Amino acid sequence: MIVAEQKKLDEILRMVAPYERVLILGCGTCVTVCGAGGEHEVSYLHNALKVAQRKSGNGTHALSEYTLKRQCDPEFLDMLAGRVEDVDAVLSLACGIGVQAVSERFRQLPVLPGVNTSFMGMPKEWGIWDERCAACGDCRLAETGGICPITRCTKGILNGPCAGTKSGKCEASREMDCAWVQIYQRLEGLRQLDSMRRYYPPRNFRVIPRPRRIVAKSTAGGNDGQVAA
Amino acid sequence: MAKSLLEEKLYSQEFLVTTEIGPAKGADISEMVHHIDLLKDRVDAINITDHQSSVMRFPSIGGCLLVKERGGEPILQVTCRDRNRLALQADLLFAHSRGVHNVLCLTGDSIDVGDHKEAKPVFDMDSVQLLRLARTLESGTDFAGNQLKGSPQFCLGSTVHPEADFIEPQLLKFDKKVAAGAQFFQTQGVFDLPALRRFMQYASQFNVKILAGIIVMASARMAKYMNENVPGITVPQAVIDELATAEKGKGLQKGVEVAARMMKTIREEGLCHGVHVMAVGNERVVPDILEAAGLACVRA
Ligand code: SF4
Ligand code: SF4
Repeated sequence: MIVAEQKKLDEILRMVAPYERVLILGCGTCVTVCGAGGEHEVSYLHNALKVAQRKSGNGTHALSEYTLKRQCDPEFLDMLAGRVEDVDAVLSLACGIGVQAVSERFRQLPVLPGVNTSFMGMPKEWGIWDERCAACGDCRLAETGGICPITRCTKGILNGPCAGTKSGKCEASREMDCAWVQIYQRLEGLRQLDSMRRYYPPRNFRVIPRPRRIVAKSTAGGNDGQVAA
Repeated sequence: MAKSLLEEKLYSQEFLVTTEIGPAKGADISEMVHHIDLLKDRVDAINITDHQSSVMRFPSIGGCLLVKERGGEPILQVTCRDRNRLALQADLLFAHSRGVHNVLCLTGDSIDVGDHKEAKPVFDMDSVQLLRLARTLESGTDFAGNQLKGSPQFCLGSTVHPEADFIEPQLLKFDKKVAAGAQFFQTQGVFDLPALRRFMQYASQFNVKILAGIIVMASARMAKYMNENVPGITVPQAVIDELATAEKGKGLQKGVEVAARMMKTIREEGLCHGVHVMAVGNERVVPDILEAAGLACVRA
């Protein structure tokens, strides 16, 4: 899932300041799960903005709220059509993809990001999320015991640990496990250490022509799993 | 023919002494030049570090050119932290063109430990890949397979951590570095002789030269600080305790004593092919250490 964090209230206040009528728009998918921009957060933020306005005495925003099932899917965006006619801006609490989807669909409307999209990851325990994948486009988990060196090693190196690892932790932070120590132990358990003994050449960044696009077989008549340029 | 003076010495039976100088933090290079002049004839080669601990400084290549100008033998340190594969190749071609052929290939410290914590960490490559890249240039093509007009020559080294608390993955990486073309290794600081002996037993199966890393510590406090903040360093408690016995103001003297004793033992046992002295900011005491270790002589 995509993990995001809500922006600080004063940054949000600065962003919405020029607009009178603002729709706070939540998203029912990833940001709901990570508690950054679901229905609950939308109504909480709505209240917080109202309180801040009242306190400062200079705000006259007309705020409304709504939460879509998914902001990154054009199909769901249709449901917004009636709701954005009378607003001057949308404050989207979706990830950066959702913000752009809304912005692309309603070209006359400023769409403001209410969250910082952080990474792709999973919950470690309640309230803690860990990054797991950087969408590198060339997944090597089969060779690394199911542990991603690109996201979980600070340096994203491919041929084993640097010399900075100590007590199983990363040189960059004592809170962080060294990915390569974990990979070694996992591969040892799987009796697959040979895959770590192999030489891995530098990554192919060519698989990331920005922005990436994937064309499905049914529309393009031949998706071979490649990223289309 | 040897690619450098250092390479020639590596394959002689000589016990080698290398050291390193941290370049200037700023445009005033006078202290650095002073250190070069002080050390160039007392050691076999001088490393110039490459933004060590990710702290921005005068470049390694600039320091290496100074070492050459002053008549010393430089070792260029190249890390993958700040340059992608194009820049790395360009820098290596430049080094070769100016007669700098000794290259220590490193991954580089994490940006997070340095003084520009918000910089973009590049790490397009790692140390093993960098060694291969340098060998590829030697073979006459660039890393993308394009023909080069004139190919460079290098004497390549890297680092290894014989006292890592989990040694197996480090040895696995060491093997890869050897296979990638490393001819010599300057180890991380060594303190624990039994661990070094075990490592040397392992390393002796390869045709590579090992220079034991000797860190000179100025005080028990510095040792503790390094344990906590410098990647790849573990100073054992016994050494910290010994440093703590120093009288006030005599900490560095004690550090010199500890370092010299270690070097002496390594040499007398014939444990390694040489030593690499890291004085971390106290370059001026390196001659004293060499003297105390019985390694003082003109080497140029
Ligand atoms: S290797 Fe890591 S970053 Fe790349 S696709 Fe697999 S999990 Fe994601
Ligand atoms: S300590 Fe481990 S995780 Fe951290 S940079 Fe080095 S190899 Fe990567």
